[in-house]
Amino acid sequence: MTEEAAVEARNAARYYGSGEATVKALDDVSLTIRKGEFFTLLGPSGCGKTTLLRLIAGFETPTEGQILLSGRDITDIPPNRRRVNTVFQSYALFPHLSVARNIAFGLEMLGQSRAEVGRRVEEMLDLVRLDRMADRKPAMLSGGQQQRVALARALAPAPEVLLLDEPLSALDLKLRKEMQLELKRLQTETGITFVFVTHDQEEALTMSDRIGVMRSGRLQQVGGPREIYNGPVNRFVADFIGETNFLKGMLEGGRVRLASGESLEVPGAAGQGEVTLAIRPEQIRITDDGPIEATLTQTVYFGTDTHCHLHLRDGTEIVARLQSPPSGEVGLTTGETLRLAPVPGAVQVLEGD
Amino acid sequence: MALSNSGKNGWLLSIPALILLIFGAAGPLLIVVVYSFLEPGDFSGVIWNFTTEAWFRVFFERDIFDGTVSTADAHLTIFWRSLKLSILTTLATFLIGFPMAWFIATQPPNRRAAWLFLITIPFWTNLLIRTFAILEVIRNQGLLNSFLIWLGVIDAPLQILYTDTAVLIGMAYVYLPLMVLPLFAAIDRFDFKLIEAGYDLYASRWRVLRRIVIPIVRPGIVAGSILVFVPSLGAYVTPRILGGGKNMMLGNFIELQFGQGRNWPLGAALSMLLLVIVLTALLAYVRATSVEDRHNV
Ligand SMILES: Nc1ncnc2c1ncn2[C@@H]1O[C@H](COP(=O)(O)OP(=O)(O)OP(=O)(O)O)[C@@H](O)[C@H]1O
Ligand SMILES: [Mg+2]
Repeated sequence: MTEEAAVEARNAARYYGSGEATVKALDDVSLTIRKGEFFTLLGPSGCGKTTLLRLIAGFETPTEGQILLSGRDITDIPPNRRRVNTVFQSYALFPHLSVARNIAFGLEMLGQSRAEVGRRVEEMLDLVRLDRMADRKPAMLSGGQQQRVALARALAPAPEVLLLDEPLSALDLKLRKEMQLELKRLQTETGITFVFVTHDQEEALTMSDRIGVMRSGRLQQVGGPREIYNGPVNRFVADFIGETNFLKGMLEGGRVRLASGESLEVPGAAGQGEVTLAIRPEQIRITDDGPIEATLTQTVYFGTDTHCHLHLRDGTEIVARLQSPPSGEVGLTTGETLRLAPVPGAVQVLEGD
Repeated sequence: MALSNSGKNGWLLSIPALILLIFGAAGPLLIVVVYSFLEPGDFSGVIWNFTTEAWFRVFFERDIFDGTVSTADAHLTIFWRSLKLSILTTLATFLIGFPMAWFIATQPPNRRAAWLFLITIPFWTNLLIRTFAILEVIRNQGLLNSFLIWLGVIDAPLQILYTDTAVLIGMAYVYLPLMVLPLFAAIDRFDFKLIEAGYDLYASRWRVLRRIVIPIVRPGIVAGSILVFVPSLGAYVTPRILGGGKNMMLGNFIELQFGQGRNWPLGAALSMLLLVIVLTALLAYVRATSVEDRHNV
């Protein structure tokens, strides 16, 4: 992976409507997506992921700002002249064309010779393992197969950037897992920059080189999966990516006095004032010498681990995730008072509330 | 047992349909075929003598004095005019109807019903009245000419009435809804994401239309074209009123044989010919348009 930029958004904004009713679908987003990376846009429904993707594809023009492709301003270039292809959520396969002709479409439009097109189509069919489906119409394929045709069709012209708008959301869980691996494989094999949209945080974490987290049209944080998971910049990101416990407290000289009364050491935390602490459920241990007191209200068995729902002294509810022992019983009884300790380095200090 | 009995005698249920077919379609058709091989009666009707004279006269004429045979140019002119005007009507309704249907299909659903309603309103009015309305518009002192003169585009009225153009305008107007409705039905089912997919894959607007939209809505185009072409070919009222007495179409010419012409066998032969032309055209059209995925751009 090089540091060269594949796609850049510079203060890109897209508004819908006017006056009072203006919807800021995308609000001042600046972002650099590197060549050859698997970049994921993650965020809740309506946060502007599709809008950003459509700006890159050229289906929409930004109200403000620019879009650059390989350093070139493409803001006013129509979609049919951008070396960018899209895998649509609904696949949007051409129903009147066979699988092979669907894949050939972009190549034909680019004016490649019949021989070239034929060779490339073979190659793509091979890549997505659909060699025997070449002459079928899309309606005669299963959802997963249609998905692969859509991928092959978009990859065939070897675009600079491939855009994927929640391509897996219509698949069932098993197929979805399979396609996640497949996508990752295709991305590695082709070396094409992928911009992938999802609202599934697990999908984002497992597949991406980097993730951009969005909320209400604004970019919240951009970083690698580990960086985002372990160092969320605000409560929204911490909450959206994985499960998190939030504890309120006052920061003073490297220690936080929790609302429940206990004091917790937070190495490296500077400044003072009201803060929110974020602790992942799997990073909480139950030990006799833990600094926090809690009452167990419920345990829920999840197979590999067991979720313990606890009450702090001030009533704050938190969850600790323990690895289930071979017996399946964690050996705790409801109503029991326990002491908790965060794993060293696990406590994140978020500003404000 | 009861079930297998009803299975055996199931054909009984199709008797009403059979009766309708025999008396409503096959019967009259047979009469027309038979009449086309008989001699014309002196004042009307037929004389029961077998002859192929009527069929001969469809295409040829015999000089009354020396008996030399030449092609019936007057008839051929009428065939050609009918065919030409029907094809042009179909084309015109398509060119006007396609954007209309597209417009309606892309309206928000609540407004769509209103537009479709407007399209169907002409159906509620008698064909004669609609045709006279068009006559009122295009006649020399009519709306169109007055307006153009008022604008200063022309000094003297354009002679549109009693020309082929008048017939074309009239038929296009009368048959337009028959084109718009099937086109709308097809475009309504069209997935507009496919247009984006086309642009995304480097197709220009024209190629998106040509390679994606048209092939997918083709059933609607075929249905609309058939619905317009077939009645155009046999049109009677519109060419009669707007074309005047001279610019006859096949329908008027057939009528003439059963009326003033007093030549029922010739009328019958011409009717059969019309039927053959329609069927041939339909077959050719359906064939030509159902060839899948042609490669040319
Ligand atoms: N054509 C439009 N007209 C008006 N508002 C729009 C339009 N397109 C999108 N919006 C609004 O812009 C916001 C962002 O929409 P967008 O489709 O980008 O969200 P998203 O993140 O893709 O959501 P989802 O996960 O549900 O697909 C939403 O509030 C949406 O209602
Ligand atoms: Mg979306």
